[in-house]
Amino acid sequence: MMQYMLLFSRQGKLRLQKWYTAYPDKQKKKICRELITQILARKPKMCAFLEYKDLKIVYKRYASLYFCCAIEQNDNELITLEVIHRYVELLDKYFGSVCELDIIFNFEKAYFILDEFLLAGEIQETSKKQVLKAIAAQDLIQEEETPQGFFEDHGLG
Amino acid sequence: MATAVELAIEKIDEYKSKIGRTLGTPMRLRDLIRQVRAARTMAEERAVVDRESANIRESFRDDDSPWKCRNIAKLLYIHMLGYPAHFGQMECMKLVAHPRFTDKRIGYLGAMLLLDERSEVHLLVTNSLKNDLTCSTQFVSGLALCTLGSICSAEMCRDLANEVEKIIKQNNAYLKKKAALCAFRIVRKVPELMEVFIPCTRSLLGEKNHGVLMGATTLVTEMCERSPDVLNHFKKLVPNLVRILKNLLMSGYSPEHDVTGISDPFLQVKILRLLRVLGKDDVRVTEEMNDILAQVATNTETAKNVGNAILYETVLTIMEIKSESGLRILAVNILGRFLLNTDKNIRYVALNTLLKTVHVDYQAVQRHRNVVVECLKDPDISIRKRAMELCFALMNRTNIAIMTKEVLIFLETADAEFKSECASRMYIATERFSPNHEWHLDTMITVLRLAGKYVPDEVVSCMIQMISANDQLQSYAVSQLYHAAQRDAINAQPLLQVAFWTIGEFGDLLLQPTDVDSTPISESDVISVFETVLPSVLTSLMTKCYGVTALAKLATRFHSTGDRIEALVRMNQAHIQLELQQRSVEFNVILRLGELRDGLLERMPVITHNSLNAAAPSMIEDDGKKDDLKISSAEIKTFVVSTDATPVTNGDLLGDLNLGSTSDYSADLLGGGGGAPAAPAQQQQHSNSNILDIFGDSSSLPSSNAGVADLDFGIPAAKESAPTYQPVIAINSKGIEVQIQVIESWRNEQARLKMTAYNYTPRTLTNFNFLAAVTKTFDIALEPSSSPNIEPNEHATQFMTITRKVPNTAARMRTKISYIVDGSEQVGDGVVNEFPGL
Repeated sequence: MMQYMLLFSRQGKLRLQKWYTAYPDKQKKKICRELITQILARKPKMCAFLEYKDLKIVYKRYASLYFCCAIEQNDNELITLEVIHRYVELLDKYFGSVCELDIIFNFEKAYFILDEFLLAGEIQETSKKQVLKAIAAQDLIQEEETPQGFFEDHGLG
Repeated sequence: MATAVELAIEKIDEYKSKIGRTLGTPMRLRDLIRQVRAARTMAEERAVVDRESANIRESFRDDDSPWKCRNIAKLLYIHMLGYPAHFGQMECMKLVAHPRFTDKRIGYLGAMLLLDERSEVHLLVTNSLKNDLTCSTQFVSGLALCTLGSICSAEMCRDLANEVEKIIKQNNAYLKKKAALCAFRIVRKVPELMEVFIPCTRSLLGEKNHGVLMGATTLVTEMCERSPDVLNHFKKLVPNLVRILKNLLMSGYSPEHDVTGISDPFLQVKILRLLRVLGKDDVRVTEEMNDILAQVATNTETAKNVGNAILYETVLTIMEIKSESGLRILAVNILGRFLLNTDKNIRYVALNTLLKTVHVDYQAVQRHRNVVVECLKDPDISIRKRAMELCFALMNRTNIAIMTKEVLIFLETADAEFKSECASRMYIATERFSPNHEWHLDTMITVLRLAGKYVPDEVVSCMIQMISANDQLQSYAVSQLYHAAQRDAINAQPLLQVAFWTIGEFGDLLLQPTDVDSTPISESDVISVFETVLPSVLTSLMTKCYGVTALAKLATRFHSTGDRIEALVRMNQAHIQLELQQRSVEFNVILRLGELRDGLLERMPVITHNSLNAAAPSMIEDDGKKDDLKISSAEIKTFVVSTDATPVTNGDLLGDLNLGSTSDYSADLLGGGGGAPAAPAQQQQHSNSNILDIFGDSSSLPSSNAGVADLDFGIPAAKESAPTYQPVIAINSKGIEVQIQVIESWRNEQARLKMTAYNYTPRTLTNFNFLAAVTKTFDIALEPSSSPNIEPNEHATQFMTITRKVPNTAARMRTKISYIVDGSEQVGDGVVNEFPGL
């Protein structure tokens, strides 16, 4: 089971965090800080795994963003790389060649997509099409119920 | 052109937002993000965030604001930046209660981010989830399931398990897959709720939808890992799983689940893992899956990472179940291919898996030794670490010479973090597999030289113990160490410590020529090594202490260099560190004691007890126990961890002796007061050696407990009142050591014993219970224990009295302990056949 997933930029800014196990806030911050420094310090040619506490960390860099997952000892590191890749593909399909800015400005969407792909730290849907279909359907409901004012829409803006 | 239009739209958008805000609408999410991104300094960013946080907080007062959803979204952004956002927890729950989907979507997202299973608003969450789980809109139920999967507490699990079970039974694949994973989460959190889900799980594996199959496999795996009964129950599912896997392998291209030509690798990996759980230790079940595993292992395309991910999982499964030997060879060969892969990730995984399987098929793994050794040179630290561990796992009596050569090359350039562990493991490996003592010693000297200051203190103690225990080695050791100390005076303090101890003890052997070719070493040569090392500021305090002790001992072994030795001993009389100052002052006095001096500074008795067992007394004057000194790899934990143990000062001990003044103690030592003639020589000898224990102990063994244990052992013995006996180790298992010590020997056919249980595990033991049984000719009465709980590195004591019914029989005792650690009950037992003192 995946314990948490972090997205952060090359500058070390957190872009998304998903915790599947409960940690106190203080510890969450500490984990983020330590992992970000450790991973940013690694050279590009190094392998994608490291050990952190009793967890295995699997990370991969896509353009300026690092995707980092913490999995348990029994989990498969190589398939976790595929999980990360699948998530990137989903984001890419949804935003249309995704970039860091898309995730910054639409972070809630990034969470929604993740929640249709993973649940409770495990993969819930292995079909890209199904995930995107579910997201599109929910976006549609959201769009239909949001009244458009003249000066201002009532959505998130 | 396009950009001009975009700019115009953006401009209009900005004005729209400004006008909107003058009309009372709160700032938009994207405007907040823009402002934060425009901040040039942390202070500016903080100002923006603080201002907006205040606005959001203000707006939360108004309960029916139509902007709540937007405000929460902004708050979540603020939360991600690391600013406090807990005040939004309650608002998220209010938002969830709204009927609008957007509100629920953002509300649940907020709940997942801001709450976790420890929050107090849980009753609210539970109620909202309960309502939404039964909602007719599948996406609302979907959000509720997703939230439950992220933040369920144990109470929530109990309250909502039945709702989740109902959804699993419904005929909606979208919700089914989510519910199955929620069930997985619930079972993990509260295993006894498993019963709710067992009946409905079986049919899930018959579904066609891959999402549902994923959820079902995950759920079954979890349940099987938690309960052996459920494991047996689900064993009949193996044919179904094999069929699903076969279909995945055989089916042609299905665009929906394809990953670079492989059909749903995610599901394949999940099923392989479940097969592993089901087939473990079961020959019959294993037989059912042999074929499919062979198929997966041979037919999977390995050009891409996905294929290797599946192969990796297959190898793990093959190695863990009772698979046939052909399959095992196939699996180890796959790992061998992995090791040669250009992809670092695959190499890492291969090393890791070989390490896990080395105990299953030692010979098969041994074949890949050369590649493993090559990985020691990899530029990637993760790979080097794995390779090092594997190297030590592969070392044995036949390959130790070659392997050591490679490990030493690695050690020379290794990072600091490896040096310490590598040195400890080298000691253990060489102690187990060395062809002879000379080789062992030479290798360890090289290790100490290369690992330098990173060598843990325990390795120093072990080296000293080894030299002390092997008398045919001593002459060789002292000359080798002398040369090593001469060559490398500063970089390797631990090496110097071993060298000083050995030179101090066996300096006289150094002067005897070992063979014809070597140039004889003179006393002056030896002293000049001390003269270069001791005054240097680069020499550590510990080394200086070893040095001073060694010099004091040399004073009795050397004849022509007395002045130089005394000058060196005196040198630190005003040293800023009390420990060294005290040694300097006291040895200076001892050196002028004439006859007494020679007795005090005699050679130490053989050290046979390994100092890895820190609390046990470090001196047992019993050569018969040499063979017990094997260090198991389990003990390495304590070994490395306890390197920060503070050295015991021997100042107190020496202080008690009050040497030089008209002291009762020293008079006693010489054989009882002024008037009485000298006590029998043997007695004197005995007292001396006891005191030497103290000296030697605190100078050679930096383990605190050992020193203290010897304190109450040595001094009273010297005074010849109330003799103290050696404790015996009754039980030593799983990090718990139970010692039994005779407090009072037979008096009126009764003896009093003390049990001390030491907890060397990092966890607290609860409900510790000690039981003892004696043979029929004895009676035993146990007193209450000092404490039922033992903290890490603490101990508990318990006294007992045994009564002898037949005179002059030896007491034997069977002991048993039970305790609870991490919620599981542990037991241990042992037999004591002889008690020193009874």
